[in-house]
Amino acid sequence: MNLAEGVQLVSFVILAVMMIGSALGVVLLSNVVYSAFLLAGVFVSLAGMYLLLNADFVAAAQLLIYVGAVNVLILFAIMLVNKRQDFTPFPTAWVRKALTAVVSAGLFALLSAMVLATPWSRSAATPVTNPIVAIAQHFFSDFLLPFELASILLLVAMVGAIILARREYLPEQITPSELPQTVLTLPERPRELIPAGSEKE
Amino acid sequence: MQLEYFLLLAAALFCIGIYGLINSRNAVRVLMSIELLLNAVNLNLMAFSNFLDSTAIKGQVFTVFVIAVAAAEAAVGLAIVLAIYRNRDTVDMEQFNLLKW
Repeated sequence: MNLAEGVQLVSFVILAVMMIGSALGVVLLSNVVYSAFLLAGVFVSLAGMYLLLNADFVAAAQLLIYVGAVNVLILFAIMLVNKRQDFTPFPTAWVRKALTAVVSAGLFALLSAMVLATPWSRSAATPVTNPIVAIAQHFFSDFLLPFELASILLLVAMVGAIILARREYLPEQITPSELPQTVLTLPERPRELIPAGSEKE
Repeated sequence: MQLEYFLLLAAALFCIGIYGLINSRNAVRVLMSIELLLNAVNLNLMAFSNFLDSTAIKGQVFTVFVIAVAAAEAAVGLAIVLAIYRNRDTVDMEQFNLLKW
């Protein structure tokens, strides 16, 4: 990153404030739709952080995968699940909130003490000019097996998500003659048919 | 720019994620908190990769793997939430006691 030191510091402060504010909004707001949109704010500011850390490829991947795929998936799940219900409050909720706040603050204090007390051994080398080439060389030489395993993992996750989220099969209502004949058809509950053109005059 | 700034920011994001993970009643918000935790870890990895290992950037490779695993986790987790919502007709975490004995 060939920006001046002051410009980097100012953009770091702006991104940090945006990230912490959005993360607090994700956790604390009562409307879950607002939380999902603020989560996109967290992801975008993290991509900006990655640009400050000389990693343009990972910043682009963060934008494409998190903002473009994961956040849209979360919004779809909210739309499919969105039931306007008020959760019944239970009397000892404040105990859990207070305990969790204390534990989180304590963990943050511990981590920051560790970070500030450790003498980090900085490398004086200049950062690589083209991170994409370096990442690709890692992927196809010493990280080849994890790279291929990641593709298997994504395939397994895709199949598992489809199996989990399809409409469930009710076996006692279906006689054997109605079972699907093809190998590639999964048995599932027939969807309710909406008469076409019922809204028109 | 200092390494410590990024590490402190990642620690703050991680603690916010833990608070949301434990205190959320909505199951989708729990998954969002898990995404916050994973992103805090990613920021740590990227900061170490830039400041301590700037010639062989292995932290960025690990970050790409974490992003792939997080995407798979989000897909499967949201499918599980949909399946539970279809069976239980609620997304309240307090009423999910299927594995409780």
